[in-house]
Amino acid sequence: MTINEIQDQIIEEFSIFDDWLDKYNYIIELAEDVPVIEEEHKTDVNLISGCQSKVWLNAELVDGKIHFKADSNAIITKGIIALLLRVFNNREPKELIDFDLYFIDKIGLEQNLSPTRANGLLSMVKQIKLYAIAYNSKLNN
Amino acid sequence: MDFDINKIREDFPILKQNLYSGQLVYFDNGATTQKPNSVINIINEYYSKYNSNIHRGVHYLSEKMTQAYETARKTVKTFINANSDTEIIFTSGTTESINLVAFSFGEIFINEGDEILISEMEHHSNIVPWQMLCERKKAKLKVIKLNHFGELLLGELDELLTDKTKLVAITHVSNTLGTINPIKDIIKKAHAKGAYVLIDGAQGIQHQKVDVKDLDCDFYAFSGHKIYGPTGIGILYGKEELLNKMPPYKGGGDMIKSVTIEKTVYNELPFKFEAGTSNFVGAVGLDHAIRYVQNIGIDKIAEYESDLATYATDAISRIEGVKIFGQSPNKSSIISFNIENIHHFDAGMVLDKMNIAVRTGTHCTEPIMKFFGIDGTIRASLSFYNTKQEVDKLVEGIKKVKELFG
Repeated sequence: MTINEIQDQIIEEFSIFDDWLDKYNYIIELAEDVPVIEEEHKTDVNLISGCQSKVWLNAELVDGKIHFKADSNAIITKGIIALLLRVFNNREPKELIDFDLYFIDKIGLEQNLSPTRANGLLSMVKQIKLYAIAYNSKLNN
Repeated sequence: MDFDINKIREDFPILKQNLYSGQLVYFDNGATTQKPNSVINIINEYYSKYNSNIHRGVHYLSEKMTQAYETARKTVKTFINANSDTEIIFTSGTTESINLVAFSFGEIFINEGDEILISEMEHHSNIVPWQMLCERKKAKLKVIKLNHFGELLLGELDELLTDKTKLVAITHVSNTLGTINPIKDIIKKAHAKGAYVLIDGAQGIQHQKVDVKDLDCDFYAFSGHKIYGPTGIGILYGKEELLNKMPPYKGGGDMIKSVTIEKTVYNELPFKFEAGTSNFVGAVGLDHAIRYVQNIGIDKIAEYESDLATYATDAISRIEGVKIFGQSPNKSSIISFNIENIHHFDAGMVLDKMNIAVRTGTHCTEPIMKFFGIDGTIRASLSFYNTKQEVDKLVEGIKKVKELFG
């Protein structure tokens, strides 16, 4: 599926919730789906620090696709990471250089990606792009 | 005036607001307080009728605005019992007030090898300016440590104060732990050693009577927006003899007596420290915020808040797995806590959706976090317009958080 197809699928899934707490309950469940980064990879290099919650992100290029593993010390953040990785994981670098991330807004979680919300998620999305750019140039050389 | 909570709540229009699924419960008063109608209306009135730059114009509006600005100074002077209007400097807030002292006082009073004493519970605003000054002047920053109740280890004060200590900069009330420091004793001890004292009153001024003459502090800094006034206006109180010795730290209009290209003669106090166009409408707003507080009575506010904080502390601490940080018997209405195995950010996100505004994170006090070995707390900071019913909603909210993440 394309990035946008998965985003649309997530929007569809979230459309059934009209109560915020139900929505959060679902996000908390999703947190368990994150391909969790190994403890030894929870290094400062992989740490994206917000003043609210921490996010760790590790990337590896396997057979031309980027495999991300991540974690967070806050569960809601981790649940949103699960959604982000569902969209971005195991894709070719060139797919991740130029994309339109719209599902977060559509499911009402935009406050989690605002620059003032220091939960590390906005930096994580930027970091994903940076990995993609780096791996892309590596593949083309 | 009797303390009528229903009537008081009527004065704050924002409190009637519904958020996601119900009425706002505002427990983030430590960050900023809400504004009564008298403040909102006077700002509207002054921009509608009297807006004009102060101290410059000869015309009617400028005269009127200047009078209002200087009246605000008098209101502040009376409120904190300063000796004279000239000891009241308008700034943009506590942070600017502290930076002003760090620069101007530092410029002439701090030399290489001198010591500045702060505490481990300071807000970053009362740490960083002193670190910058120490770097600039090659002075030394020393720290009064905390104990596990969130109190300062004042037994060590005699040792920490030396002949080299030039300034003690300490918070009146901890914005994270709620601890009310015995500042009068600290000031006395510091003075006995020949050190001056700055009090960070950002969390002090709105909760209790502050009498700078009785305290005998050399500087007292606070923000307008934390005492029900507008943002962008704050106060630096300083003893006149000290302020007179200090050079200005900002150059510009209004702070000069005469300017030639060769030489500038500075204006007198307090204008020497108020370069550029001041937030004059903000000052009028602050004036009316203080009048509002005076009208109710700061002692009545303190009594109500103390009662409410006791109720809240008791209710929150009864919830299993909740740990409160800051357990001094001498505490303001700030309650910082964590819920076992639940990240403060998760808790804050869920409480938000239950219409409860609390603050989560380090509260700009990373040294406190380091001391307790945590990376943040949930902070409920209560004000005199909050109620026990609202506290009950918070307790319900915390229980819901536990249910969701448990």
